[in-house]
Amino acid sequence: MRIAVDLNRCQGYAQCVYLAHKDFRLTGQEALTYEPNPDDERRLQVERAAAACPVQAIVIDRLDGAKGSATS
Amino acid sequence: MTVPATVAELVRQFRANGRIVIVGASLAGLRAAEALREEGFTGSLTIIGDEPYEPYDRPPLSKQVLKGWVPADHTTLPRLREVNAQWRLGVTATGLDRAAKQVRLADGEQIPYDRLLIATGTRARQWPNPDEAALDGVYTLRSRDDAAQLQKALAAPPSRVMVIGAGFIGSEVASVCRELDLPVTVVERGSAPLVGALGGVIGEIAAEMQRDHGVDLRCGLGVSSLEGDSGGHVRRAHLSDGTIIDADVVVASLGSIRNVEWLEGAGLASGFWGVGCDAGGRAFDINGVVTDSIYVAGDVARSPHVLYEYQFLAMEHWDNAVLGAEAAAHNMVNLEPHYRPHLLLPGFWSGQFGLNIKSVGVPPFGDEIVFTQGSVKERHFAAAYGRRGRIVAAVTFDHGKWLEYYGKLIEQSGPFPPPPPGWDQPPDMKPIPAEFPQPGVPTAIPDVVLTGHDPSERAAEFRPRRR
Repeated sequence: MRIAVDLNRCQGYAQCVYLAHKDFRLTGQEALTYEPNPDDERRLQVERAAAACPVQAIVIDRLDGAKGSATS
Repeated sequence: MTVPATVAELVRQFRANGRIVIVGASLAGLRAAEALREEGFTGSLTIIGDEPYEPYDRPPLSKQVLKGWVPADHTTLPRLREVNAQWRLGVTATGLDRAAKQVRLADGEQIPYDRLLIATGTRARQWPNPDEAALDGVYTLRSRDDAAQLQKALAAPPSRVMVIGAGFIGSEVASVCRELDLPVTVVERGSAPLVGALGGVIGEIAAEMQRDHGVDLRCGLGVSSLEGDSGGHVRRAHLSDGTIIDADVVVASLGSIRNVEWLEGAGLASGFWGVGCDAGGRAFDINGVVTDSIYVAGDVARSPHVLYEYQFLAMEHWDNAVLGAEAAAHNMVNLEPHYRPHLLLPGFWSGQFGLNIKSVGVPPFGDEIVFTQGSVKERHFAAAYGRRGRIVAAVTFDHGKWLEYYGKLIEQSGPFPPPPPGWDQPPDMKPIPAEFPQPGVPTAIPDVVLTGHDPSERAAEFRPRRR
């Protein structure tokens, strides 16, 4: 699956880090880095992380089973 | 049929059967395409991109990807919906014929449009000496390929990395080098890192931060030449003060160039600073008259901003690409009075040296700065920028949650210095000069000149610059 984080909006609440620590990391107190292409196995954790973000900064693929091919 | 009914019918027909072409297949181009479909546009949609890749996200390139945590090809942007477009990837747009309403491609094809969105963005400025730029080990960082190659070079590992230019990209690269425990020298022409974006006062703090993390930072200096070995690999850099630095990876982070060359001769208000457009994304022609069929979004767009005395601002920020694309897309399939403005309060972030630097507003628009919260010593603070008694921007170091407070004040033309936020105030809250460099002297002759003597004939003409 694919995700992007709007880091303008992100304020380092770190809810995503608690819920999907394999895919979201804080460097220091506020600077978030993330795995833009998490394993589909971890979709549930990533979706929970996105839902829990207080500022809704995590953008998730909304195409079902998206391979997101360039011809879509 | 009454006129309003005719207009409504035109809009309906265009949404059903119109032809829209988007040039630029990055964040702005993709979000515009999605927004067009969201708005009910069912006509034909073509997206042209010069790279062979689907739209990908750039912020991870200078951080996660360089660190080696995420492969460069894992950065494809998430899709918000089906866009059902003809994708023309790996082919460059080379020209625009506004009379025939066609975009010319490098492979000779002409793509007709009824409405066009220009979202061609920017590219990295290359090291100016082409022979030196061609040496192995000399990199820029803008595209996915750039990031993949540089990551490989950093993993080798090199004996020393030389970063030329200490803007955001240069500083982030230096930060990654230190995280990877690589020796790094940063050479910056200005007095400190980030001076152009945040001024000399903040620049000094950034300089200290870099040195504390072991960066060999040299300010007020340039690189006069790069020297390679017999195998064509870069080995050392000669600085303007005569110093020689041995380095086998060189990253030129010299800022960006707007991709407007393909518009030459098209009669649009395009040039060095981008493509001029109104706040609704409608491109201006060369005379400064708004067009009806051509729109601009993302890094290449340049529009007047109400908060900043209607100065034309080009914003190379992530949310400018997203929100500008959405506004332009909306306006492409609607007519007056349903146009929507793109009036973003600019904002950016940069993660470096374990710290989050964020800003709202336009710092260089200010001439004074005041520290309003936290502690500079602990690099955990907020500061506001002012101009003539008004707050125009704010910056935070690991204090991002307060940016909204300053953003509201900026939007409402609040006073400078701003009212104390009532928490965690530093002892000294006296405004001081923000120390932005003087605006540069004109660097080139104008591209556009006026022609005609009669008011009815008076118009502007493009005069190609001798390069």
